[in-house]
Amino acid sequence: MSTEVSNVEELAIKDYKYGFQTEIETDVIPKGLSEETVRAISLKKDEPEWMLEWRLKAFRHWLTITKENEPAWANISYPEVDFQDIIYYAAPKQKISLNSLDEVDPELLKTFEKLGISLQEQKRLTGVAVDAVFDSVSVTTTFKAELSKLGIIFCSMSEAVQEHPDLVKKYIGSVVPYTDNFYAALNSAVFSDGSFCYIPKGVRCPMELSTYFRINTSGTGQFERTLLIADEGGYVSYLEGCTAPMRDENQLHAAVVELVALDDATIKYSTVQNWYPGNSEGLGGIYNFVTKRGACRGKNSKITWTQVETGSAITWKYPSCILQGDNSVGEFYSVAVTNNRQQADTGTKMIHLGKNTRSTIVSKGISAGKSNNSYRGLVRVHKKAENARNFTQCDSLLIGDKCGAHTFPYIEVANKSAKVEHEATTSKIGEDQLFYLRQRGIAMEDAINMIVNGYCKDVFRELPMEFAVEAQKLLSISLEGSVG
Amino acid sequence: MLTVKDLYVRVEDKEILKGINLQVNRGEVHAIMGPNGSGKSTLANVIAGKEGYEITGGEVTLDGKDLLDMLPEERAREGVFLAFQYPVEIPGVSNASFLKTALNEIRKHKGLEELDAMHFLKFMKEKMKMVGIDDNLINRPVNQGFSGGEKKRNEIFQLQMLQPTLAVLDETDSGLDIDALKVVSHGVNLFRNKDNAVVVVTHYQRLLNYIVPDFVHVLVSGRIVKSGGKELALELEDKGYDWVTNTVPAAETV
Amino acid sequence: MENTRSKDWYISSFKKIEESLNGESKTPFHELRKNAISKFEEFDFPTIKNEEWKYTNIAPLLKYNFKQVTGVKISKKDIEKFLIPGLKVNLAVIVNGNYVPELSHFYKQPSGVRIESFRNMVLNDPEFLMKYFGKYASIDNGFVALNTAFAFDGTVLYVPDGAIIEDYIHILNVSGAEGENVLSQPRNLVITGSNSKVRIIESYHSMADNENLTNVVNEVIVGENADVEIYKLQNENMKSFHVNRTQAYQNRGSVFTHYSVTFGGSIVRNDTNTLLDAENCTGNLYGLYLTEGSQHVDNHTLIDHAKPHCQSNEMYKGVLNDSSRGVFNGKVFVRVDAQKTNAYQSNKAILLTSDAMIDTKPQLEIYADDVKCSHGAAIGQLDEEAVFYLRSRGIGEELARTVLIRAFANDIFETLTSQILHDHLNHIVYAKLK
Repeated sequence: MSTEVSNVEELAIKDYKYGFQTEIETDVIPKGLSEETVRAISLKKDEPEWMLEWRLKAFRHWLTITKENEPAWANISYPEVDFQDIIYYAAPKQKISLNSLDEVDPELLKTFEKLGISLQEQKRLTGVAVDAVFDSVSVTTTFKAELSKLGIIFCSMSEAVQEHPDLVKKYIGSVVPYTDNFYAALNSAVFSDGSFCYIPKGVRCPMELSTYFRINTSGTGQFERTLLIADEGGYVSYLEGCTAPMRDENQLHAAVVELVALDDATIKYSTVQNWYPGNSEGLGGIYNFVTKRGACRGKNSKITWTQVETGSAITWKYPSCILQGDNSVGEFYSVAVTNNRQQADTGTKMIHLGKNTRSTIVSKGISAGKSNNSYRGLVRVHKKAENARNFTQCDSLLIGDKCGAHTFPYIEVANKSAKVEHEATTSKIGEDQLFYLRQRGIAMEDAINMIVNGYCKDVFRELPMEFAVEAQKLLSISLEGSVG
Repeated sequence: MLTVKDLYVRVEDKEILKGINLQVNRGEVHAIMGPNGSGKSTLANVIAGKEGYEITGGEVTLDGKDLLDMLPEERAREGVFLAFQYPVEIPGVSNASFLKTALNEIRKHKGLEELDAMHFLKFMKEKMKMVGIDDNLINRPVNQGFSGGEKKRNEIFQLQMLQPTLAVLDETDSGLDIDALKVVSHGVNLFRNKDNAVVVVTHYQRLLNYIVPDFVHVLVSGRIVKSGGKELALELEDKGYDWVTNTVPAAETV
Repeated sequence: MENTRSKDWYISSFKKIEESLNGESKTPFHELRKNAISKFEEFDFPTIKNEEWKYTNIAPLLKYNFKQVTGVKISKKDIEKFLIPGLKVNLAVIVNGNYVPELSHFYKQPSGVRIESFRNMVLNDPEFLMKYFGKYASIDNGFVALNTAFAFDGTVLYVPDGAIIEDYIHILNVSGAEGENVLSQPRNLVITGSNSKVRIIESYHSMADNENLTNVVNEVIVGENADVEIYKLQNENMKSFHVNRTQAYQNRGSVFTHYSVTFGGSIVRNDTNTLLDAENCTGNLYGLYLTEGSQHVDNHTLIDHAKPHCQSNEMYKGVLNDSSRGVFNGKVFVRVDAQKTNAYQSNKAILLTSDAMIDTKPQLEIYADDVKCSHGAAIGQLDEEAVFYLRSRGIGEELARTVLIRAFANDIFETLTSQILHDHLNHIVYAKLK
């Protein structure tokens, strides 16, 4: 209850509060993309041969699909991205291996403190283990020792390639192959770092795992790769947060996230995406083109995606579930807020392959200013997927008469025992509700926030407490100035 | 305290209020009665600042301040409270957090310190007991899934919480059974004191058995055609609205 | 490969016809056809790469070289079986795309009403025709281009201000000729004045058992406060290919109601669109498709809210048997400034077998804020509780299911004003779902 009230108080914050840049020495591979760039990244990370080979295969594939095949079907528009004008690798200069947090550049620690992410384990009150990714590389991972007692591996992707090559080899690209799409191919070739997590059989991860992404260096693209595996009976709740400095230029973020849930395993993946959205005129901001997919490989497995998307100039992402295992469950809960000139085209895919698979989609889109917000989703029931069930609820709320709200659901059913229900509504924010709140003394903007927060309740409920509070604050901030 | 002077209001092309004059002082309870479509609810909404009404003439002031010039929330902070005829449902927004925000906004306006969660909770519990409202309703989203009676009770609870100087009750009795009516009236009676005022808008005399007015005004076709003491309500109940419309045509033509 | 050959075939057919036109080929009207054939050349036939044709592969129809056929003899008796029993209608008969006056008949109409063949209009009153022709059904794909290029015949209906046409106008289309793959491309134009009213039945049937292609374009202008209803009934043979574009344009205060009922055809594609281009319009689109065998039925609808204070209702239902496939793509578009729009859309489908498939894509594209729009889609089985209820009252399971499926389908017809039409359609549903 108090969270709602406090978010209203937070309204004093007018601007993007994460817009600062950290002055830190960085190690950068010059702009441009070629086979040399890919080799250079791999060399920097001292990768084994197989990893480099995989990258090169992806890169060669990417070359065959450039330009014309850059996805164009989404309901978004943006100037052509010049892939030669991007820095593909930028890392804070620091010692190669860190023995303790004391060796991390204090500037970096400060940056994360400023973002509200403390990397000092003793300072963390709640049990959240953090992997902090700064530009292209993982800076540090907290609580590693404690987690490793349970056999849980939680580290940066670079480290996993060195330390756990078998696991990485087995699973990387197994959910999102590099042939999947344009950006997945690009990411596979040049991914710099990201988080890796493995939950062993029967282990319930006792704390929230979290990755915090920060783009700092100007002109860089961020291409992180996250791989998360929950072995039989495992459970993990994973959080992801992102911010970037304010800049006039557009920066590209093209991540790949792969989740694998084996028999009886559960993965909850929550994202609060707050990349810099650009200014009110649409100048600057992050292009957030992300491929996220989870495979419910085992029977009775479950993957839940929860996302709160308030940032980025353009968001293009569809966290999906492949429901292979019998009785597996996929869930997608999303709040996407667009204001000013932001564009979002987001949703999910639920691919029902196994028997008795179930999926739930709850999407809340809020458009304000001159923004455009689209839900795009696919529910596919394959011929062999007996007794599949899907329920989809897609609601759009419009604030102001210059924005757009769109719904593009695709439903493909090839099994007669399937039951698929889809409901969608689009409406204006309720005049009666606004008047009611204002009659009780609440100002217009606060009243809007209250109503919007209430509207998104079904999604916030799915977030871990800490994140829910953060999400609600973000919502108010991103709706700033949405009323004339 | 509340002064309505020669108020003319239109909705689209239709004139709804045609020169209303009303003086409400502290410590007074006024009842505004009238048949359906006479303009009662319009008057209540105009005082609270609802959109969609065009004020074509006259003024409304509260302690000399021009209400018509204020935003709805400013009027609320100045002490105007409207108990709605049809309280709207607001999904996902809990009653308690809504009230905490509203109360603190009003306190801020009055230059009072905002209540923190603990003090707010204590204050709320007191008022809940007073109005006879249970926890369950407090933690639910505003009015969502409430019965008609629960919604009205929630309005009175808010009245107690926010302690306005002017309470306008718009058809608060509609849709209530006799028990609910007693509870609601009790809440209003607890509220009234020498420093505040209540305007009860109603179609029926019934409510006035429980909230006894000092003055009764009869509104017909956008005009107050008769004013009197509480006995006027009984007379109306007895003779019906035709009685006033028939007996005072002369007044209308003046 | 196939596609290119097909394209050339139609272009050369066009050239051949053009040569036989004599003076007509010099007319301004023919310029419109020439423009259309060059558009066809540009568009070609759609492929599944086109988002609007994603779920409908028309490759099978490119295997045939359909041609226009004239002079097929058909008697009144042949037509009779296609009529709706007991329903009094004004009848316009189109055989293989050509209007046949001998088989058509009309009751006395209010003065100023014109019902005549498109061919007549082209020859005798092209100025009138050109005021409306092609102004509404824009050429946005190969099929509309092809129909426009081959716009020679069909039916033109003009209802002046205030005229009310009492009886239904039944435009009855029959296609087929022994040993031929017939191409029928009727072009119909309905123009209604203010405060007028007309109800039209548009039905399609086959004579021979061959593969035919019917490619229709209808343009319907609904006058101010006019009330226009169209009942489209597709009952061609199971080898037929059928493509239908209906584009309505609504003026202030008008009501346009369209029913699309599909029983026959191998590949059927309907594009039913209405543009609500003035305030206080109502657009109603209803549809039912019952498919079997390897039928493929694709219903695309577009409700385009361009002005404020309009409402639209849409309900499409399908029952799919055997290995048939259904597609529903319904788009509600609310343009900037179309405030106070109220749009409701629903589509439901039941798959009867494990080989049947349905792809559906209900869409809302909204650029105005003060709107109430919703859509719902449900794909699934019968309500098992309802099945149980009927069984508990002594009805056998199979019959219980049949009864419920019929009820599901017939629901679409509940709003029909004509009891006779209602009963006729119920009867077909009954026979289909035995």
